[in-house]
Amino acid sequence: MTAMSPAPEAIVPEPDADKPEVRDLRSWLPTVRDTLLAILLALAVGAFLIAISDDEVIEAIGNLFTYPGSFFIYAGDILRYSGQAIWEAYSALVDGAVGSGSSLQRTLERSAPLICAGLAVTIAFRAGLFNIGATGQMLVGALAAGYVGFTYDLPPGVHLVAAVTAGVLAGALWGGIVGVLKAQTGAHEVITTIMLNQVARFTVLYFLAKDAFQRPGSDNLLSPAVADNATYPTLFGLHLGIPLALVAAVGVWWLLERSRLGFEMRAVGANPDASRTAGMSISKVYISTMAIAGLLSGLAVTMILLGLQQSVTDQVVGSVGFDAITVALLGRATPLGTVLAGLLFGALSAGGLGMQTSAGVPPELIQVVQALIVLFVAAPALIRGLARIRRRKKTATAEPKGAAA
Amino acid sequence: MTDVLETPATAGPEPEVRDRADVRRQIKLVVVLALVLLAEVWFKLAIDDPTVYQLFKGPRTKENQPVEFDGTLVSWIAVALTAIALLLAIVNRFPRGVPGVLVAVAVGVGFYGAFLMWAYADPTGTFSPAMTNPIPGTIRIATALVFGALAGVLCERAGVINIAIEGQFIAGAFFGSVFSSFAVVSIASIPLFWCPVFGLLGGVLAGVGVSAMLAFFALRYHVDQVVVGVVLVAFGYGITSFLLGQIPDDREDQFNNPGLLEAVDIPGLVDIPYIGEALFGQNLLVYIAYFSVPLVWFLLFQTRWGLRVRSVGEHPKAADTVGIDVNRTKWQAVLLGGVFAGLGGASFTLSTGAFDKEMTAGLGFISLAAVIMGRWHPLYAGFAALTFGFLRNLKDQLSILDDKVPGDLLSALPYLATIIAVAGFVGRVRAPAADGQHYVKSD
Repeated sequence: MTAMSPAPEAIVPEPDADKPEVRDLRSWLPTVRDTLLAILLALAVGAFLIAISDDEVIEAIGNLFTYPGSFFIYAGDILRYSGQAIWEAYSALVDGAVGSGSSLQRTLERSAPLICAGLAVTIAFRAGLFNIGATGQMLVGALAAGYVGFTYDLPPGVHLVAAVTAGVLAGALWGGIVGVLKAQTGAHEVITTIMLNQVARFTVLYFLAKDAFQRPGSDNLLSPAVADNATYPTLFGLHLGIPLALVAAVGVWWLLERSRLGFEMRAVGANPDASRTAGMSISKVYISTMAIAGLLSGLAVTMILLGLQQSVTDQVVGSVGFDAITVALLGRATPLGTVLAGLLFGALSAGGLGMQTSAGVPPELIQVVQALIVLFVAAPALIRGLARIRRRKKTATAEPKGAAA
Repeated sequence: MTDVLETPATAGPEPEVRDRADVRRQIKLVVVLALVLLAEVWFKLAIDDPTVYQLFKGPRTKENQPVEFDGTLVSWIAVALTAIALLLAIVNRFPRGVPGVLVAVAVGVGFYGAFLMWAYADPTGTFSPAMTNPIPGTIRIATALVFGALAGVLCERAGVINIAIEGQFIAGAFFGSVFSSFAVVSIASIPLFWCPVFGLLGGVLAGVGVSAMLAFFALRYHVDQVVVGVVLVAFGYGITSFLLGQIPDDREDQFNNPGLLEAVDIPGLVDIPYIGEALFGQNLLVYIAYFSVPLVWFLLFQTRWGLRVRSVGEHPKAADTVGIDVNRTKWQAVLLGGVFAGLGGASFTLSTGAFDKEMTAGLGFISLAAVIMGRWHPLYAGFAALTFGFLRNLKDQLSILDDKVPGDLLSALPYLATIIAVAGFVGRVRAPAADGQHYVKSD
C-alpha cells in the first residue's frame, strides 16, 4: 500500500544533477517550458472540442459527406466556422478572466480558495502524503465556520476571528484524523481521505437537516446566511481573504523551507526510513502535516463562505476541493507554483463563466481543459514527444520508481 | 533424575497455548457481539406497539396490500441468536471458517430484523409505512457496484491502481445512453429489444477508452497512477457534462433518450416466492453481473493468464525474469477492467433512463471501497459490493422514517466501514505487493 503515495520527487522537479547547489533560474526553464506547452496543448484539445460542437461546423461536416464533390468548399467552411467558434470562445474566456475590473475581481475571488486548498495538497505532497481529502476538510470547516458565523452575535472583528478559527480547527481535526490513522495503523491516506470526503458530505447533510442549521422559512438544506460581522471586510472591492491566501502561501514556504518541522516533513517525504533512523518521529510528522493541511483547507472554505457571503450547503465547496489537487500538481508542489497555478485556474474558472454567457460554450469545457493540463504536465515525455523537442542530454525523463523494488 | 523427565506427564491436561492473535480475535468478537446484543435489546425495549406492516410480495396493488403482523417474535429471535453467538465467543468456541461465516451472517440478519422491527414499529398518524422487499433495490444499486469492483480487482491485481472507476462509470453511463438512443432513433435495422444492448456496447467502449487513457499515461509515460486516476475522474465528469450541454434540446431524443433494457424472466426460477422476481426477473445487465463475478474469479485464479496477471501485480521483476511481458499483461488487465467498468456505467442509464450530469454520485468510489473490503478478491469484492448496495438501498427505504433513523449517517456507513477495514481494526487488508509501481525493464 505504501506504493500508492506518489513520491514527492515524482512531482517536484529535481534540480539539475550537475550543479545541485546553484539556484540558477535557467534550471527551471525546462519546467516552465513544459508547463506552458502542456497548457497550450490542453487549450488546443479544448479548441477542437469547441469546433466539433459548433452548429455551423457540424452542418458543414454533414455537407462534406453528402456532397463530396465540393470537398474544398465545405472543407473551407469547416475551417472558417471552426476558427470563428474558437476565436469567439477563447476571446470570451480571456475577457471573462482579465477583461475588466469585475472579471479580474472574480478571478481573484475564485483563485483565493484554490490557492489555499492547493497549499493543503502541496504541503502533504512534500511529506509524501497524497491529500485527496481537501473536499471533506473544507466541508467540515464550512460547517463549523458557518455555525459560529450565523448562530452567535459578536462584535466586528471578534466574530470574524471566531468563525475563521472554528473553520480552521474543524478542518485541522478532519485532516488530523487521517494523520493519526496513518501514523498509528498505517491506513493509507488516499483511501481514508476519499472515504472521509464522503463521510463529511453526509455529516454536513445530517446537520443541515437539524433545526439549528436550518434557514427559517426554507425547506431546502440551506443554512442561514452568516452574520455581517463574521464576513471578511472588503478593500477596493476585494475581500480580505485574497491577501490572506497569499500570506498562507508565504507561511507554507517558510514552514517548508525555513522551519525545523518543514525540514522533517521534507525528510520524511524523501525517505521515511532514513528519517526514522535519524531520530525523527514519523508519527509526529504525519499527524502534524495532515492537521496543517486540514487547517489550510478550512481556511480555504472560509474564503468562499465568509468572503462571498454564501450559506452552508453540501454544495458550498463545489469542485474547489478536487481542483486543489490539480492546482498542487500543476504547481509542482511548491508554494509559488501553487499560487501561480491557483491564479491560472481561478482565471480559467472565471473565464469559463464569461465563455458560457457570451459564447454559449458550456463551462464544463474548463474542467476538461484543467484535467488535460495536469495530465500533460505529469507526462513531460509526451509533451516533448509531441512538440519534438530534443533533449540535449540523455537522461531518463521519467525516473522508474518501481524498477528497484 | 527421572522425576524431572516425568514432570510433563504428571502435569495433568496440557495447558492451552494461545497466541496473541487468537486472543485478540476473541476479544473483538465478544465486544462486537455484546454491542450488537445491547442494541437489539434496546430496539426491543424501545417498542411500545410491536405491530408492523410488511409488503414483501412485490409492489403495492389493489390485491397486494400490506400485511399486519407482530414484530415481537422477530426481535426475540434476534436477541436469542446473538446471545448464543456471544456465549460461544466467551467460551472461545466460536466456529471458524465457513460455519463461522454462517453464524456471523445469521447474527447479521437477526440484527437487520430487530432493527427493522424497531424502525417500523409504533406507526404514527394515519399513514403507516410498510416494510418492502430489500432485494430488488439492492440488486439495482449493486449491479454497478459489482462491475466497478470487478474492474478495480482486475486492475489492482495487475498492479495498476484504478481510482478512475468513477470516471469510467460516468463515461459508460453517458455513451451507453447515447448509443442506445441513437440506435432507437437512427438505426432502423436494429430491433427495439437490441437497442439498449447496442447501448451496452457504447458503455463498454467508453469504459475501455478511459482504461486506455489510464494505461497510456500510467504504463507508457509512468505518470503516477493515483494522479492519473484522480485527473481522469475530473476529465470524465467534465467531458460528459460538456457533451451533454452540447446536445440541442430538439435533438434530445436522438442522443439522450435511451431505450431501456427490458426485464427477462428466467423460466422456473422467477416463480420462487419473494426472491424469484427480484433475482431472476431482472434485465440482461444484472445477469451479466451474476455471471461476471465467477468469470473474473476463474480468469484470475484458474487460468494461465490470471496467474500472469497476479504475478505481475505481486512481483513484476520475477514475472519478467520468467519471460512474461509485464506491461502487456498490465495493459490487458486494465482494458478488460474497462469492459466491466463500462458495463457498470451503462447500468446507470440503460436500467433507469436519460443521462444526467454527475449522476454516478460517487458510487465509483464505493466500488473502490468494495475492492478493498473484498481484499482484492473478485468473490469477496462482489459480496462487499452487494453489501454496500444493500446499505444504500436500506437508506432509500428508510427515508420515509427520517425522524427515527438518520438516513445520512446510514449512508456514511460503507465509507466508515472501509476506513475501519484499512485501519486494520477488523483484520488488516493487504494490497498486491507491487500495486501502483511502474515497471521498467532494465537493460
